[in-house]
Amino acid sequence: MKLVFLRIGLLSCLLKLLVLSALAVPAWAQFRVEVTGVGMTQLPVVIAPFKGEAAAPQKLASIVQADLERSGQFKGLAAGSVLLDETSRPDWSPWRQLSAEALVAGSVTRLADGRFDVRARLWDVVKGQEKSDFKDTVSAGELRLSAHRMADWIYQQLTGTPGAFASRISYVTKAGDRYSLWIADSDGENSKSALTSPEPIISPSWSPSGTQLAYVSFELRKPVVYVHELVTGQRRAVANFKGSNSAPAWSADGKSLAATLSRDGGSQLFRIDLNGGEPRRLSSSGGINTEPAFSPDGSALFFVSDRGGSPQIYRMPAQGGPAERVTFSGTYNISPAVSPDGRWLAYVSRIGGAFRLHLMDLASGQVTALTDTSADERPSFAPNSRLLVYATIFQGRESLMTTTLDGRIKARLAGQGGDIREPHWGPVRK
Amino acid sequence: MTKKFLASLLFVALLAGCASGVKLDDVPVEDKSATSSGVSTQGIGNDQNGAQTGVSGVVVDKSGSGIGPVGVAHVVYFDYDSFVVRAEARPVIENHARFLQANKQRKANLEGHTDERGGREYNLALGQKRAESVRQALSLLGVSDSQLEAVSYGKEKPVAQGSAEADLAKNRRVEIRY
Repeated sequence: MKLVFLRIGLLSCLLKLLVLSALAVPAWAQFRVEVTGVGMTQLPVVIAPFKGEAAAPQKLASIVQADLERSGQFKGLAAGSVLLDETSRPDWSPWRQLSAEALVAGSVTRLADGRFDVRARLWDVVKGQEKSDFKDTVSAGELRLSAHRMADWIYQQLTGTPGAFASRISYVTKAGDRYSLWIADSDGENSKSALTSPEPIISPSWSPSGTQLAYVSFELRKPVVYVHELVTGQRRAVANFKGSNSAPAWSADGKSLAATLSRDGGSQLFRIDLNGGEPRRLSSSGGINTEPAFSPDGSALFFVSDRGGSPQIYRMPAQGGPAERVTFSGTYNISPAVSPDGRWLAYVSRIGGAFRLHLMDLASGQVTALTDTSADERPSFAPNSRLLVYATIFQGRESLMTTTLDGRIKARLAGQGGDIREPHWGPVRK
Repeated sequence: MTKKFLASLLFVALLAGCASGVKLDDVPVEDKSATSSGVSTQGIGNDQNGAQTGVSGVVVDKSGSGIGPVGVAHVVYFDYDSFVVRAEARPVIENHARFLQANKQRKANLEGHTDERGGREYNLALGQKRAESVRQALSLLGVSDSQLEAVSYGKEKPVAQGSAEADLAKNRRVEIRY
């Protein structure tokens, strides 16, 4: 297995620490991306260092390059010590010798009001022509976001599909007996703690607007579903009924949740209107019904049930009604996630004693195993349906991984100090 | 609320320091109303650079626990993939049933747990099944349903950390908490 280590998000003012980083894992580099495996068709691109980025708080070019490589569709070529920006007239011969197909160069300039002007140009190296321009004005704290937007712009220009790097993920860490809910950039960097608790936190789920999270917290000595406003930190229990309350999933309009409640006995699916009112029961079979996931158009609800004797994934109308079975092979299929484009169903299947991420083409029913690990959990799709994030145990530690839908390119979002779990990929930031 | 919570903590501490002959029959120990009194919110919606991070941190403090019947096990174990209360657990459940019938004002939380294998939410549902098995056993012995709440921790709170079968067996359990 080929391992490429990319260290990203380095602060220029901490350059001295680079020497130390060879000796010890630096505390400020919270995540390290490891790309494992090589895809068949990766577009070779050069992202030149940005003019002015040595004096800026973020190394834009390396953030952009890491994003593009994690997508599995690009191979970043070393730019060397070239001095280029968006106004340059590049000399094509060195890039053509490297077989580069695209070149990106740009600049980052501090404005009088303290904000930063970010500009970039994308060239087609083969044709020797400029292809597109990028411009963004952001605060210092938003430079990483700007780099992710730039990666989305390049992705869109070169693949024809929108990128999804300017999005966020949430996840949970356990360090000692502290549980923390984190919000991070899609590359796992720039994390902010939204909640810390001495009791477990599971199942964070982004609202469609990206401003709220629903999750399950055990702080009341039982599972209770909360909705948490990220900007203000305001949170409220939206399902604290007798018994267990869990597995929140947002409806497409953000006005209600599907969740699992045990108030009637067993684990049953309910629809909870966030403006209040009695939860409405959706499932009627005995036993376990849990892990609801709405189809992107909101018409159907995928969920897990043991009604047939073993946990399998089923689909029913979102308002409740007859359920049809979706998974047929194996005796343990859980944690359904539907891609935003509606084409794919990701889930975890037990094969032998191993829990592995699988992908089903919903139109044909064809299933592919995406991993060879043994404790995969909780997949969720990137907003552009091209990547999955999931939790697994990698080299003995709970870790988060991203994978392409063909399973060929995996990147590890490896945090420091503690186990990382329960990822959920949020919408692209406006 | 905080005062009441501290007072009940103090009371529990005093009890713990006493000889075991203390009569518990009319002890008004706070149970699950001792909640997360320390939830606090701090606004870090904007970072020092003025960026809208859109995230404000919240800190939750630890909650308390009460005391049930003295000298009685409070854990019931289960076989793999099973929700059936074993015969050996019978005396434990009967003891708790007697205690709850003698103390109608007391309430018990039946906390279901699973081993580490499989997904978190599905394990939560499995632990719920175990907790409800114990609830049914207590109900059959005459305990009022209003004194019982079956909840689940799924695989979130293992007592044994290893992955050997002996560890997994210790984790497949229902804890009876007051």
